[in-house]
Amino acid sequence: MSTFLGMPATAPRGVGNLRGDESFPAAARKALGNDQLRRNLGHATTTIRAKSGAVIGELPDWQELRSAGSALKAATMARLPELLLQLEENVTRAGGVVHWAADANEANRIVTELVRATGEQRVIKVKSMATQEIGLNEALEEAGIEPIETDLAELIVQLGNDKPSHILVPAIHRNRSEIREIFLREMPGVDPALTDEPVVLAGAARRYLRETFLSTKVAVSGANFAIADTGTLVVLESEGNGRMCLTLPETLITVMGIEKLVPTWQDLEVFLQLLPRASTGERMNPYTSMWTGVTPGDGPQSFHLVLLDNGRSAVLADEVGRQALHCIRCSACLNVCPVYERTGGHAYGSVYPGPIGAVLSPQLTGVEDNASLPYASSLCGACFDACPVKIDIPSILVHLRNEVPHPRTERAAMAAAAYTMDHPKLYAAAQHAAKLTKLAGHRLPPPLNGWTASRDLPEPPPETFRDWWAKR
Amino acid sequence: MRIALFVTCLADTMFPAAAKATVHLLERLGHEVVFPAGQTCCGQMHINTGYQKDALPLVRRHVQTFAPYDVVVAPSGSCVGSVRHQHAMVARAAGEEGLAARAEDVASRTYELSELLVDVLGVEDVGAYYPHRVTYHPTCHSLRMIRVGDKPQRLLRHVRGMELVELPAADQCCGFGGTFALKNADTSAAMLADKMRHVLDTGAEVCTAGDSSCLMHIGGGLSRLDAGVRTVHLAEILAATEETA
Ligand code: SF4
Repeated sequence: MSTFLGMPATAPRGVGNLRGDESFPAAARKALGNDQLRRNLGHATTTIRAKSGAVIGELPDWQELRSAGSALKAATMARLPELLLQLEENVTRAGGVVHWAADANEANRIVTELVRATGEQRVIKVKSMATQEIGLNEALEEAGIEPIETDLAELIVQLGNDKPSHILVPAIHRNRSEIREIFLREMPGVDPALTDEPVVLAGAARRYLRETFLSTKVAVSGANFAIADTGTLVVLESEGNGRMCLTLPETLITVMGIEKLVPTWQDLEVFLQLLPRASTGERMNPYTSMWTGVTPGDGPQSFHLVLLDNGRSAVLADEVGRQALHCIRCSACLNVCPVYERTGGHAYGSVYPGPIGAVLSPQLTGVEDNASLPYASSLCGACFDACPVKIDIPSILVHLRNEVPHPRTERAAMAAAAYTMDHPKLYAAAQHAAKLTKLAGHRLPPPLNGWTASRDLPEPPPETFRDWWAKR
Repeated sequence: MRIALFVTCLADTMFPAAAKATVHLLERLGHEVVFPAGQTCCGQMHINTGYQKDALPLVRRHVQTFAPYDVVVAPSGSCVGSVRHQHAMVARAAGEEGLAARAEDVASRTYELSELLVDVLGVEDVGAYYPHRVTYHPTCHSLRMIRVGDKPQRLLRHVRGMELVELPAADQCCGFGGTFALKNADTSAAMLADKMRHVLDTGAEVCTAGDSSCLMHIGGGLSRLDAGVRTVHLAEILAATEETA
């Protein structure tokens, strides 16, 4: 396919964390072999599911709220360019500086230069999917700037030299004894007598983080929402670390995907109900921080907003796939997904795992670069029912499967099967041929042996239904 | 009522007992069943694997075959789901508006067996007798694609001689997912292992469902375990009587 000027570009290769090194089935196989991981995941997702289900059950109008969220997002996407300009205008008016980043490279360069200009060598970070997506930490480190994650789970992942495996609970794959090991090994100034009790572990992190908050002058955050008509940025969190980062430093740099917009302040009403219940199973998230530009004498005195595209315009251009941009990153779809529950997040090779990752990552990178992800689902539909903004993930999966380059042999087999099925005489002949093939010990030859590795195939019956019917 | 049977390619070829049971059951309830010639497959495998173009002739064939009938039934929530949610979509993607409209029309008259019985024919007690301990697995497509709700359980609760035991974590996918079981065989097997564990926990002799495909998957796993639990299609249980027992 040739590219013409103005064609929405996908996220560039060689930067960021949207592409894995292996296909999903290969990565999943490794994860499936890790019993500890399976137990951690099974336990965590079951707990979150139950908690979330209970608080959702308290709201009689949950389905209406979902519809409202879905409609608001669709309306926002329909006039995204206009709303983004409105946001820029209002952020600028409030004393912020807006930067537009076409892709990961540009965003990393902008942030790195902004930090350099402050003369600082260290930044504290609020948990942010957008900065993980573009590999900002890696870019900052390369420039000699140390990024420190302040979200507890994110910190565990960072210290463990690991990758996050869940959107909301990045260290979901770790248990507390593993966390203790990581802290003992990597956390500066940690008490060597550290135990693996949750309070003790949290205490160690708190001591380390407080020191860091008070001594770091630049913070980098993402945003859950941006309100176009006021220029206000919003971060929701449960630990308060985000609040510290957003208020204590002198400079605040926010990197935000362009789809995070809502048109008006009032629209937040819907999402502030949907997000906490769907994600952590809380009625209200403990901390909601909002800021509009800069306020003299209060909070960061210099504020930059980096608006990130990195493939989003390309997603927006796809009529079926664009609803993936409605995602508010609640992670409810991960928690109900039977595939995610068994494989964990790393198998998806992208910072966006689970059902939403299976549709978002291939769209951001171009399907060729993540061709196995649209198949990383049994199409059971649990994600669709769980999604607080009603994203029809199964339909997007089916749509993307139609776009991926197919293996040659599969293509030939599918074409032959379709031809046979479209010719009833050939079809009946094929049915009879199947009957004659006696399967040795119920096993199939490759490439179909994946089936019979763990299941027996039934013997074809002596008579097909249509033969029986014809004789009646 | 005159009811056209969409047998589905899997039931036709591998599980004719489910299709025959559908015929016997509907005839016992006093209805006329016809089997429109020329039907083959709804094309779901092609559509779900990413071959919408190849599926288009199958969609056309299905629509032509079933257009003349007022009521169509299939012993498969999954295939009914494909007819209802995918046929028009495939036609539309190919720019065939006329076909899409006809597909929607056929879909509006196509029912999964439990829907036909409860919603259209208005029966919950079909006069069945099945003296076994049974657990019901609500397949994903029956549950979430066509939303049969508790219709199958309502039918099963009226079956005489039967003990219906609840399946733990019933709404979790069994891991079949069509070509998913081949493309992601390891993950599929892990999902199946949990489903089998839950089935065995019930102590049931029989695991039933409204889809032969999921039953083939679960049954294939149980057979490998030599667990002594059989899988039987919902239609076969509803068709069973004192005479056939
Ligand atoms: S797709 Fe829906 S359920 Fe999944 S993370 Fe996004 S908003 Fe949540």
